Amino acid sequence: MNQEALKKIKTIIPLERIFTELAELYSYSYDASFGEYLPEIVIQPKNASEISELVKLANEYLIPIYPRGAGTSLSGGPLPVKGGMVLDMTQFNEKLVIDRENLLAIVSPGVITGDLHKKAEEVGLFYPPDPSSSHVATIGGNISENSSGPKGLKYGTTKEYVIGLEVVTPLGDIIRTGGKTVKNVTGYDITRLIVGSEGTLGIVTEVIVRLIPKPQARKTLLAHFAHLLDSGHAITSILSAGILPSAIELMDNACIRAVESFSPSGLPVDADSIIIVEVDGHPAAIDEEIKQCAKMCRNSGATYVKVAETESERLKIWSARKMVSPAITQMGPTKISEDATVPRSKIPAMMERLNRIRDKYKLNLVVFGHAGDGNLHPNIITDKRNIEEMKKVELAVSEIFEAAIELGGTLSGEHGIGTLKSPYMEMELGKSGLYMMKKIKEAWDPNNILNPGKIFPEKDQKRVVFV
Amino acid sequence: MKKTSLNPVVKNLHDKTYNWTNQCVQCGYCLPVCPTYESMGKESASPRGRINLVKMAAEGKIDISEHMAEPIELCLGCRACEIACPVGVPYGHMLEAAKDAIAQSKQQKRENSHFLLKNMAMNQLFPYPNRMKFLGSTVWLYKKSKLDRLIRKTKLFPILSEPLAQMEKILPPLENPSKRLKHGTVFPAKGERKVRVAFFTGCIMDSIMYKVNRLSIELLTSVGCEVVIPNHQTCCGALHAHQGATEKAKELAKANIQSFTQSEAEFYVNNAGGCGAALSEYDYLLKGDEEWAETAGEFAKKSRDISQILTEYGPLPFIKEWKGIVVYQDSCHLRNVQKVYQEPRQLLQSIPGITYVEMEGANRCCASGGIYNLLHFQESMKILDKKMKEVIELQPKAVITTNPGCQLQMSLGIDRMEASENIRSMHLVEILAEACGLT
Ligand SMILES: Cc1cc2nc3c(=O)[nH]c(=O)nc-3n(C[C@H](O)[C@H](O)[C@H](O)COP(=O)(O)OP(=O)(O)OC[C@H]3O[C@@H](n4cnc5c(N)ncnc54)[C@H](O)[C@@H]3O)c2cc1C
Ligand code: SF4
Ligand code: SF4
Repeated sequence: MNQEALKKIKTIIPLERIFTELAELYSYSYDASFGEYLPEIVIQPKNASEISELVKLANEYLIPIYPRGAGTSLSGGPLPVKGGMVLDMTQFNEKLVIDRENLLAIVSPGVITGDLHKKAEEVGLFYPPDPSSSHVATIGGNISENSSGPKGLKYGTTKEYVIGLEVVTPLGDIIRTGGKTVKNVTGYDITRLIVGSEGTLGIVTEVIVRLIPKPQARKTLLAHFAHLLDSGHAITSILSAGILPSAIELMDNACIRAVESFSPSGLPVDADSIIIVEVDGHPAAIDEEIKQCAKMCRNSGATYVKVAETESERLKIWSARKMVSPAITQMGPTKISEDATVPRSKIPAMMERLNRIRDKYKLNLVVFGHAGDGNLHPNIITDKRNIEEMKKVELAVSEIFEAAIELGGTLSGEHGIGTLKSPYMEMELGKSGLYMMKKIKEAWDPNNILNPGKIFPEKDQKRVVFV
Repeated sequence: MKKTSLNPVVKNLHDKTYNWTNQCVQCGYCLPVCPTYESMGKESASPRGRINLVKMAAEGKIDISEHMAEPIELCLGCRACEIACPVGVPYGHMLEAAKDAIAQSKQQKRENSHFLLKNMAMNQLFPYPNRMKFLGSTVWLYKKSKLDRLIRKTKLFPILSEPLAQMEKILPPLENPSKRLKHGTVFPAKGERKVRVAFFTGCIMDSIMYKVNRLSIELLTSVGCEVVIPNHQTCCGALHAHQGATEKAKELAKANIQSFTQSEAEFYVNNAGGCGAALSEYDYLLKGDEEWAETAGEFAKKSRDISQILTEYGPLPFIKEWKGIVVYQDSCHLRNVQKVYQEPRQLLQSIPGITYVEMEGANRCCASGGIYNLLHFQESMKILDKKMKEVIELQPKAVITTNPGCQLQMSLGIDRMEASENIRSMHLVEILAEACGLT
């Protein structure tokens, strides 16, 4: 670290929020994905003007800056791949205001999304984006990754709810985008550009999100299928019958087996797949809707259909789904979690391709995901110390992405690009598509200060390297 | 990883912990439940951060005593993170192994100002029931004779004077030491004899809080337990294991196993969450020991918290109403390690006349953590004061705990809020006994 720069940093930020000891630096060298990169300094800013000054300083001394939320990124988003300065945003969390009249919330970037959920629900409102990490991840991280979860099917992703931002630009200016109105068509939609930009175009310092009235009730069903294709048909017929469930989740046979051996809960180990369907809304309407969903599952060949009658039955159905992640990590220490997404009509085809990839490389590959919106999570369970197998994993991952894109899908449904998917960007966007994005990045950040090494591949990088 | 092969302490740490640290998928699910992460607000004070630092030390990337020690020592060992972890990283075991490595590494380097005092307490005091009793008796005398005011002013240990002075203020009123339980005694059940249990007296419980022990026996016998106090029992070894003296902990465990096995009791009952956790994990402590592993397994299976026995063999013969609001603060080791949290609540709610209120964050550590509050006074008080705000808001007449450390910490918290006139800190056994008319 440049000593002169360090001296100046100490005039901007109080000492107790600056870390330079080795133990502290290592503590910000990882996220929930891969790789370990040591920053030179970690700073915990608490307001926009501190950040603005830091960014200006970083431009002067050409120090890379890496904003970081709770570090739950699965794509390497906050990793300080080029050293420099990590901005730990978790302590920038003072504001969480619910504006009930205007149906919106104003929050600091370090606020944990789950706290926003709670606060909104306390007054009968609802913030729908619900990544499984919401009790840990920050709203700033959610916005930067454009996160979502099972409810994405009906309620969309984070970007559908962000209507205004305060952002420190890569040159250190503080700007506001959007505002408090749901309708806003003034000029370019910079709000949407920042959402999902993974900390490469600006540091989010305040967020205005839209809230909606909380659905009055919900109903859930579980269906077993002897053939994966049948579950695909069931999903398509539900969606084309004019019912919009709040979630449709799918688990394949490998997943079912994993959950059963981890925590036996009576799942059918010989079923090819199971799906969970949830509807929410007016009690009278959803009673009817869940009945129809059950009927369509049976008509598509479900071997078993169960509609939860009580809240505890409902939670039991969901607990199987929630068990998937822990269950599959029992099968090996390293979990490569992908989130390739295809148009939902292509789910059966994608499942087919994934099966072929599993057989070809003889890997432990399980699939679950948000089938309703085509967002599948193929997970490869392996051991990163097994170099030979990791080489195969690299190839398999590449093929997963190829398959998704060939079927008209995308590299990422919710986890972002980060370091892990950047090599495949050109495959999806084409040369010119990627070039436009690069131009935007260069225009905003001429010194390449903000989160360098993410989204855009390094020169000649063609696939992800794990070993 | 060249260093690993050079330094035996690092190698040992690697052998013991590396697989565990690799089990961690760094998802961060443990962050929101960690009290030190909340109070200190940085990753190195979180479970995920600590696991990573142990891993880095095992890989030889950082130094055990220079870099890893402090973040590890600032951990309360409350093990709330273990419950939250979706993949079951055995944090508690890793922590003990890390502490072991720190102790060895510091011995190599002979540094650390706390080292001497800790060693003295652990090797010269806790393992010796007579010395502990002597200490208890001295404290009793000392309180009686009002010498305390004088001592409060002397600055014996520069680091410890403040915490010790604060602790001293809140020590419970002691009974005359002649009332202490005698080892080897058998107390017959009152009425029908339903079961024979052996009682673990503990060292702090026996030396300073023996009144709680005495009342425990009375409650147990009143629900039909025949209670034997096994001879030659000793300290549970929890403090030793938590401070990195695993060998000493094993020695103590063996003595206890021997003592209790001879008692021919169906259950081994204790009334201190921290001790109970240690007892219930003797199987793990002696896992590799051919001679002891099996009996240790049986011992652990028979270990029970008093609230479990009182719930199972109750109801208690209440004769008095207890009017007022009470709140319950979980003992982390009772809740997170022994997984006992319903029974104390049920017992409290069963007291006639009582108003039981569930306190927000009751399951979060109060930061007493063995002797954490002595070693890391400021950090501990930050966590405690936050908890006391929750307590004060509910305006209870009593805060109930199930571990001596937590009970003292609650007293200290109440004292710091200047609320001692209105709120009492009580052991679960004490309030149950009051309602049963026992004194
Ligand atoms: C077990 C598990 C389950 C998950 N489930 C889901 C899921 O269901 N759906 C889903 O979408 N994701 C999921 N994720 C991924 C992850 O939780 C999300 O991407 C989340 O939004 C990351 O938030 P964070 O606060 O941890 O940010 P980080 O991981 O710290 O950072 C993520 C990105 O945001 C940037 N960033 C952070 N704060 C700011 C800021 N204030 N300004 C600008 N940039 C910033 C960082 O530079 C980085 O690029 C899961 C992760 C785990 C570990
Ligand atoms: S044991 Fe308690 S204090 Fe220590 S890391 Fe786990 S949750 Fe935090
Ligand atoms: S919850 Fe478990 S796996 Fe996740 S970071 Fe904490 S210890 Fe690691």
